[in-house]
Amino acid sequence: MSTEMGRKWIVATTSLAGCFGCHMSLLDIDEKIFELVKIVEFNKSPFDDTKEFSMECDIGLVEGGCCNSDNVRVLRLFRKHCKILISVGQCAITGGLPAMRNGIPVKELFQESYCNNLTLANSLIPNDEELPLLLDRIYPCHEVVQVDGFLPGCPPRADLLWEALNLLIAGKSLGKISMKNVKYD
Amino acid sequence: MEQSYIQITIDGREIMAKEGQSIVEAARDHGVVIPTLCDFKSLPPAGTCRVCMVQIGGRIVPGCTTPVSFGMVILNDTDDLRNLRKGLIEMLFVEGNHMCPTCEKSGNCELQNLAYQYGMLVPRFPFLFPHRKIESHLPHLLIEHNRCIQCLRCVRGVKAKDGHEIFGFIQRGINIRVTIDSTDPDALTEETAQKAMDICPVGALIKKKTGFKLPIGKRRYDVNGNG
Ligand code: SF4
Ligand code: SF4
Repeated sequence: MSTEMGRKWIVATTSLAGCFGCHMSLLDIDEKIFELVKIVEFNKSPFDDTKEFSMECDIGLVEGGCCNSDNVRVLRLFRKHCKILISVGQCAITGGLPAMRNGIPVKELFQESYCNNLTLANSLIPNDEELPLLLDRIYPCHEVVQVDGFLPGCPPRADLLWEALNLLIAGKSLGKISMKNVKYD
Repeated sequence: MEQSYIQITIDGREIMAKEGQSIVEAARDHGVVIPTLCDFKSLPPAGTCRVCMVQIGGRIVPGCTTPVSFGMVILNDTDDLRNLRKGLIEMLFVEGNHMCPTCEKSGNCELQNLAYQYGMLVPRFPFLFPHRKIESHLPHLLIEHNRCIQCLRCVRGVKAKDGHEIFGFIQRGINIRVTIDSTDPDALTEETAQKAMDICPVGALIKKKTGFKLPIGKRRYDVNGNG
């Protein structure tokens, strides 16, 4: 695999309302990781702990849906700075497990977690202005910004992520992805 | 009475179908694949899911409830039909809450497998996130309304010993849901729970204490492949 552009592809990654499982799955490509670092450079990614965008990126991989205002802010930043934006994993695509709270009023959620919880010494609903606000429900990423591709799975299989990166770097669309590595669990 | 045969054509292939058969049955007899979901072995067809739709002339009809007739010219494997079927599958996903990662039926689920076969990466419709319940009061059976696709397989196929129905539907439209007559002793047995779980194409009817029995890699569609 070589880069057509004569430079490395710049990839940004983030985890919104996700568990970092999708990130772990990308690390699961085993020895192909040596190939990966030859053709890809990360920017704004937990992989190399870069917290801000310092350049425009070719590919943005987003794990997790939007459960709070900060997720929406980060997702919009990704849309702005990434040429191709991909929803990675069930949470980004469908809301995933966090979406099990959809339909339960936010007030009830807070009360259950911070007031009625038996292991709490003091019941107090956190209300610091530094904390992002919880949204009324979980939003899949493509309901917030335009998303260019989807890689299902919980987590997506490492082989699927590897195939997808190869397709993108070859300038192809993810519509051509082989279904054999696609699983929703 | 002697069986009479009539000639039909599916995607240009001539087939001798038995008179009185449905299009789906005739296709199956000749190894032509028409996808189905609410259809189940010996049960009478219900025509609820619509994934078996085929085209005859300018009309799109369900293949499971349409009997063959002489000289019928049927289109099955066309781009338009594939797209329509895929759209239907996507609608089933968005109108319920299908959290495959936590579902006991994942890997053994007919809806999930169809979605793989039709290349669904994301449904084209917005998720409805309906408010549906999980009923866990029965001794052996869990009813997970979030995953029910209203296929009527349980109603048609799981009956009491004397043949009367124990599953049924209540309410209408988007609120319709499956229910079981829990005053009937036959509805409460372990055997009924097993039968219900086996007949349900999705994870809406689960026999308690059997979830996730098969490890990933050994499940029905892991082994038989998909997509
Ligand atoms: S019933 Fe099938 S499609 Fe629905 S959550 Fe379970 S495995 Fe997924
Ligand atoms: S419970 Fe299962 S078998 Fe019964 S109607 Fe719903 S999906 Fe079909």
